[in-house]
Amino acid sequence: MAKKEYSFYPGCSSERKASASNYLVSVETISKTLDFKLNEIPDWNCCGASIGYAEGGELPRHAMNARNIALSEKHNAGQDIVATCAACWLGTKETHERLSKSSQLLADTKEALKEAGLDLDYKGEVPIRHMVEVLIEDYGYEELGKPVKKPLEGIKIAGYVGCQTNRPFGVAGESFENPKYLDKLTETMGAEPVESYDQKVTCCGGALAFSEPEKSQVQIKKIIESAYDHGAEMIVTPCPVCQMNVEVYQDQINKKYNTKFKIPVTYYSQLMAVAYGSSAKEAGLNGNIVRATRLEEIASKK
Amino acid sequence: MTDANTLMVEKYRNSFLKEVEANVEEGDWVRMCMQCGVCAGSCPLGPHWAHPPQEIFMMIRAGKREEVLTSDSMWMCTSCYNCIVRCPRELPITHIMHGLANYAHRLGIAPKMNPTRRFAKIFWDNIASSGRVNELTLSIKLYFMDGIASGIKKGLEMMGVGLGLVKTGRLNPLGLISHSGVKDTKGLHAMLKKAKEIEDKRKGLA
Ligand code: SF4
Ligand code: SF4
Ligand code: SF4
Ligand code: SF4
Repeated sequence: MAKKEYSFYPGCSSERKASASNYLVSVETISKTLDFKLNEIPDWNCCGASIGYAEGGELPRHAMNARNIALSEKHNAGQDIVATCAACWLGTKETHERLSKSSQLLADTKEALKEAGLDLDYKGEVPIRHMVEVLIEDYGYEELGKPVKKPLEGIKIAGYVGCQTNRPFGVAGESFENPKYLDKLTETMGAEPVESYDQKVTCCGGALAFSEPEKSQVQIKKIIESAYDHGAEMIVTPCPVCQMNVEVYQDQINKKYNTKFKIPVTYYSQLMAVAYGSSAKEAGLNGNIVRATRLEEIASKK
Repeated sequence: MTDANTLMVEKYRNSFLKEVEANVEEGDWVRMCMQCGVCAGSCPLGPHWAHPPQEIFMMIRAGKREEVLTSDSMWMCTSCYNCIVRCPRELPITHIMHGLANYAHRLGIAPKMNPTRRFAKIFWDNIASSGRVNELTLSIKLYFMDGIASGIKKGLEMMGVGLGLVKTGRLNPLGLISHSGVKDTKGLHAMLKKAKEIEDKRKGLA
């Protein structure tokens, strides 16, 4: 079988020394095990995230995403566009959808892109996909389970799916209110998913965690509390914003609410990397602020 | 020169609904709302919405222009997309909320001190200048948006977070001097300028 290749949109948070750089490290590690190649879109720009709308407006925002699509068409022709960040994925996919529905928006977008020296030969055929979709659809749980060398036995994990990897597009075949793919992935890696994790799709506040911290921390508290209540030792997520929000505010929440939160929040790809026998460093575990000691132990075992 | 808001008041004298349909992203969907109330119970920050989306749609039809556009309700939207997947009429509610917020901001009548409005502006300026987010300069601007004293206080509160990120290699303390934006900033700026021009023209704001 030929090596799978994708046109890769890493997004700002995955850049070196940015908040989700360890996510990227773990994704690169599993790409070696699973033998796929990520071709970074040359000179990609930010998608505008879910907060860009207010100042950016409609067309400038779509132009940003269309620029990435055009660059991908030009340099990585024919390859599916794959994002690791939920917001990047959503933003690009939204633009893609809107362009295919409105010929005026498409014409306006093309006109703007010309200013950047780009021709958008837009046929709307290249799918925009999230990394978890690629894993589940192009590989499937069975394939993903084959390279497991060190099953994550005995670790109880709450799968926090969040919003934007789940809505409005989601992963095919999953429900919006109770998606199960993270649980299935966790199980495939040999760990024990908390199937009754009732806050799995609760919003953490997203970008408003910055601008409305008190209000968002009420959300984050619910998400963590429920994980503890169900006996989880760790939270796993597919979204860099979720990861950051649920991980970094634990101290502040502890101070305010007198709680004792200290739960590691990892990426699905980190679980996979460790289960596949990679080192803690290759799994990006050194990037976790709340250390995932159980995973570190397994990773250091021969 | 009349300001953008007065211009629009005069242009759409009798119908705020028409104004929304013409100028707000996905605004032509508002008519489709059947007031079932499903969306009203879907917002994560629900208690902080003075007017939940359902009510906003009703107010648009009732011509309550001022109340809608100056409200901080839309600024409570976390982009969680709960409403979109639940609405029986398939209204793109999230985008209409974003569209209303953007429109009010564009007209200069959105609540001045709303933190999300201010954050959103700082965020967009950050990415529009270099093409990518610089997390360090972004956070510093955010801390200091209420002035030096409060900025230092907020900075101290967030110090643990910042140090944690630096220690784990997830925040670049050198972001102030070296930052990797896109290479073609010239093209990017020209593209954004053009896009804004076209959009303003379409909305009669240019
Ligand atoms: S969503 Fe976040 S990570 Fe993705 S491009 Fe936008 S700002 Fe960067
Ligand atoms: S749960 Fe929060 S951070 Fe994650 S995608 Fe949703 S809004 Fe974004
Ligand atoms: S869920 Fe849809 S139809 Fe029901 S009130 Fe909200 S927007 Fe209207
Ligand atoms: S996307 Fe916005 S409007 Fe819709 S439910 Fe979430 S917060 Fe409410």
